[in-house]
Amino acid sequence: MEEFPRIYLYRRIVQAKIFIDEHFSSSIDLDNIAGEAYFSKYHFIRLFKSAYNKTPHQYLISVRIEKAKDLLKQNLPVIEVCEQVGFESVSSFSGLFKRITGISPSAFQQQELKMRQEIRRVPLKFIPNCFAESNGWIKNSNFEEAS
Amino acid sequence: MITKLNHVSVFVLDQDSAFDFYVNKLGFKVHTDAPMGPGKRWLTVCPPEQPDLEIVLMPIYAGMMFSEETAAQMKDLVSKGTFGFAVFECHDLLATYEELKSKGVVFKKPPTKEFYGFEALMVDDSGNWFSLGEKK
Repeated sequence: MEEFPRIYLYRRIVQAKIFIDEHFSSSIDLDNIAGEAYFSKYHFIRLFKSAYNKTPHQYLISVRIEKAKDLLKQNLPVIEVCEQVGFESVSSFSGLFKRITGISPSAFQQQELKMRQEIRRVPLKFIPNCFAESNGWIKNSNFEEAS
Repeated sequence: MITKLNHVSVFVLDQDSAFDFYVNKLGFKVHTDAPMGPGKRWLTVCPPEQPDLEIVLMPIYAGMMFSEETAAQMKDLVSKGTFGFAVFECHDLLATYEELKSKGVVFKKPPTKEFYGFEALMVDDSGNWFSLGEKK
């Protein structure tokens, strides 16, 4: 019996988290999310932080930055990535991205593209030798003899 | 002196389906996805806050690792839920359980207070099971 209201609260918080996951690119009013979850703003923030170790605002920022990383890996221009993840200004996006990841969006993109090119060019550099041998991806493999 | 674990394999029945499960449902990050010839692919994913631990989503097929017979046995064992490979951690088990359940993840045990901690058991799309605990 004691668990029932707790589960109910959790479902509201989880719904708010999923709402952020799905609407991170829009301008999200966190007060509205608290309202939709039937909580006061402060109660909502406290419960959200207890579940995710981040305030809703911190969580929204982390979702946007993670999504930005995915889009940068796809070689989209920084300005387009900035718009797609819900930032209005490239400078504030770039500043925040660098503060969180330690590297600018364009440098991150160059680094990732270079790594992906390298994966395509020499995939075996990224596969531990034992796995490559056991899959038969290395010529003159001695896997069978060694095992 | 061994200092770290950096790769661990999970045998899966289908890499495309495993990609959907681990990336789209669990929220893991793709580390390396390299085509290795017709029908072959090297696919590793990482838990979101552990970018240096690659979980290799290893398909089971007859070749150098398995004979036809062993591959068929492995597929059978995996799909029967024989293997429990690891313990995952989250910040809040009830919230994670509710979210994953809403995404269609199957649990063989809901969050339960055990003498050793608060734990649930989830099953991946192939049949491998994992313990899920929380650390606040």
